[in-house]
Amino acid sequence: MMVAVSLPYWELTIVKTVVVLAVIPAGALIFGYVFLLKIMAHMQSRMGPMESGGFHGWFQLIGDAIKFVQKEDIIPAEADARVFALAPLVVLMSTFLLYVVIPAGPRLVVQNLDVGIFYALGVSSLGVIGVLMAGWASANKYSLLGSLRAAGQLIAYELPLVLAVVGVVIQAQTMSLQGIVHAQGNGSIFGFSLVGNPFVLTQIVGFVIFLAAAQAELTQTPFDMPVAESELVAGYMTEYSGFRFLFFFMAEFGTAFALSAIAATLYLGGWYQPFFKTGIMADVLGPVVLAVKIMVIAFVIFWVRFTFPRFREDQLQGFAWKVLIPLSLVNIMVTAVFKVLL
Amino acid sequence: MAVTEQQRIAYIATQAAEARLNVELQTEDMTLNLGPQHPATHGTLRIVARLDGEQVVHAEVVCGYMHRGYEKLTEVRTFPQVNTLINRIDWLSSFANEVPFILAAEDLMEVEAPPRAQWIRTVFFELSRIANITLFIGEMGVQLGAITPVFFAFRDREHVLNLIEEATGGRFHPNYDRIGGLKDDLPKGWIAETKDAMRRIRGYCDELEDLLMGNEIFEARTRGVGVIPADIGLSYGLSGANIRASGVDWDLRRDSPSPLAWKELDWKVWTHPDGDSFARYWVRLQETREATLMVDQLLDGLPSGPIQAKVPRIIKVPAGEAWAHTENPLGEMGYYVVSQGGLGPFRCKIRSASFHNVSIAPWLLKGVYVPDIITILASLYFILGDIDR
Amino acid sequence: MPELPGLAKGLGVTFKTMINTWTKGAVTVQYPHEKEDLAPRTRGVIALKEENCTVCMLCARECPDWCIYIEGHKEKRPPRREGGKPRTVNALDRFDIDYALCMYCGICVEVCPFDALFWTPEYEYSESSIADLLHDKNRLGEWMVTVPDPPALEAGAVKKK
Repeated sequence: MMVAVSLPYWELTIVKTVVVLAVIPAGALIFGYVFLLKIMAHMQSRMGPMESGGFHGWFQLIGDAIKFVQKEDIIPAEADARVFALAPLVVLMSTFLLYVVIPAGPRLVVQNLDVGIFYALGVSSLGVIGVLMAGWASANKYSLLGSLRAAGQLIAYELPLVLAVVGVVIQAQTMSLQGIVHAQGNGSIFGFSLVGNPFVLTQIVGFVIFLAAAQAELTQTPFDMPVAESELVAGYMTEYSGFRFLFFFMAEFGTAFALSAIAATLYLGGWYQPFFKTGIMADVLGPVVLAVKIMVIAFVIFWVRFTFPRFREDQLQGFAWKVLIPLSLVNIMVTAVFKVLL
Repeated sequence: MAVTEQQRIAYIATQAAEARLNVELQTEDMTLNLGPQHPATHGTLRIVARLDGEQVVHAEVVCGYMHRGYEKLTEVRTFPQVNTLINRIDWLSSFANEVPFILAAEDLMEVEAPPRAQWIRTVFFELSRIANITLFIGEMGVQLGAITPVFFAFRDREHVLNLIEEATGGRFHPNYDRIGGLKDDLPKGWIAETKDAMRRIRGYCDELEDLLMGNEIFEARTRGVGVIPADIGLSYGLSGANIRASGVDWDLRRDSPSPLAWKELDWKVWTHPDGDSFARYWVRLQETREATLMVDQLLDGLPSGPIQAKVPRIIKVPAGEAWAHTENPLGEMGYYVVSQGGLGPFRCKIRSASFHNVSIAPWLLKGVYVPDIITILASLYFILGDIDR
Repeated sequence: MPELPGLAKGLGVTFKTMINTWTKGAVTVQYPHEKEDLAPRTRGVIALKEENCTVCMLCARECPDWCIYIEGHKEKRPPRREGGKPRTVNALDRFDIDYALCMYCGICVEVCPFDALFWTPEYEYSESSIADLLHDKNRLGEWMVTVPDPPALEAGAVKKK
């Protein structure tokens, strides 16, 4: 039974926009609640929020968001007001643009670009401008230090992120994310084709590099020098309060959600499940399967965040330039050789 | 003789170096104020640092935001009242603050506490050491970015605080020591509970060794950072684990005469040759484990007998001066008590460990990066109440 | 077997703690639904047994904060035996403890020669106005019901004659 959804272009665009705008805050809130509040608490022998909303405090973050929205809009007297106001919007915009290419089912994607992953990586680096704007416009030495560290770090870790993905692109022979999912789904492991050929098996080095670089892109511990809480209070976000801080928070967790989704698509097979490859069931199960894979990857990212102390800025840069980039270059060469031979 | 172009540029360059201006890039130093409200300083300490980029050029410690006037307060209070106040100097190891003062007063009164009291005093002294340093082991992680160890610290330290509460009534401020002995004997079942708690603290030390001390990132952040050579440390008056981590084998429990029961036990003084932040962390972790073993030995060999010597109800200490110092968790703490025969001390000078420990900060912080300031201050481990009194 | 790198061991510790929280429960107590049991010696609040108090003023003098306010007056009571003189006793007018100042040191309870003050483990008496933290004679008497019983004498203990 095939249901053809054919709406005129403008109605379809509005539907897609509304879906994306609903998914981003919902995803960010779910991530924040499950991982930041609950899993972190369980790793620390405590329960996390239990009161708000009754059952295990599920309303906590939503209540926090409402609280942020109704707060006074404070802009420091010496700050550059326009740049100060625009900075969170720039970071949030780079997050929103990421969701355009992530496929959740064979037909559930906002726009299946042929240069999907290239577009995603390019757009995710726009956030750096927002961070620099925030630090400079705050008229606060701590924020300035934080944003300068952030700029250096985010740009340095773009390279391992991109180079790790090159291996996947070589193996899938396409840059479009739907194409990569199909390449994994239609592949087979030594002839055994039940679960397709998730690239995590052949690209395990690339997977680890991607996760490390994603951790750095999200400025999570052990790469959270820009937001080093015990030194700079909140780095470039120090002067932000109220709904502007909410934007930064949503951008951080929204990007975490998006990068986990991209990692799941590139390495774990995305929405692919071996039972319903096409049809309406694939469109229904696809998002569910993708959500499960996102949660698994996010668990690893946050597990590392809660356990390790943070690197110093020069150690951080040394790690990127002297360890991750050479490793990813070797990974590309090995993948290319195997692709030509096999 | 006219000045050559080369000489003129050299002169400008030296002037610029004095004012820390880079002639080519026209950069300037930035003054960064860490504190007094700051998550990294343990209380209201202020560090004024002049930075060149991310490196410290000059650092100054400004303390006194928490000065409560202890030495003046003790002049107008009786001995039991002073005992209550001095609990609050180093609030994490309160019992340890009482002991040197009581020893000084007992010295003046020529009263000796019975052996059971001395042994139980040693037990509580080591328990307060455990309560204090377990928190350090966890919260050094927070200063470096690892948020989980400090929760483990509070979880396992709770057992020690509950023990102190069961015996004395107060978790943080026991007010348990009295001139001539202790206030109360131990309640029933306390010894078995303490042994169980010591076992848990040893488990906590092992867990933290795996979680934090063995972590490569932690080692990269702390090894070689903030190295204190032994002679510089001694000249600044460092004491406690700070100086033992620089290789100096000095511990007042073993090296200084004291009526408490340390000499009767079989224990080890831990030192480390490196003198960096990692060494200070390592020494304190080993000392905590050693303290749990000492408590076990003390409880096994606890003598029976009275808990307090005969002292008059209204305590009047005869005139004289006495000095008593002990190896507190933070370092060497001592009291110089001057009495003129009244109900309270005439003057009481308090030598607190953290005041001298933090005095090395300006020397130590020259040339380090901003994140290392936090590492070094965390590893020196001071408590503001101890610095400012 | 080669030693696991420290990073892996650290991850193992947090994972194990998470599993422990799921299976054995957290170490925290969901206050106010559950409350912890406190030791009987816990210094929560001070209770006053008015009939024992002889207005000797020792507690007010020895308090390091001088937070106890006592007023009394002398009264004549009937003689104990027939034909005797009327006795003068101290009667208590006012006995206030200011818990905003109290340091919970216990000196007052310790020095009272007539056992009129007792510790109890009660701690839930916070107020929204500091002036309400001054507990007067009646309120201090109400705390007496929460005073725990003295611990039982152990085997071999010598009773006071």
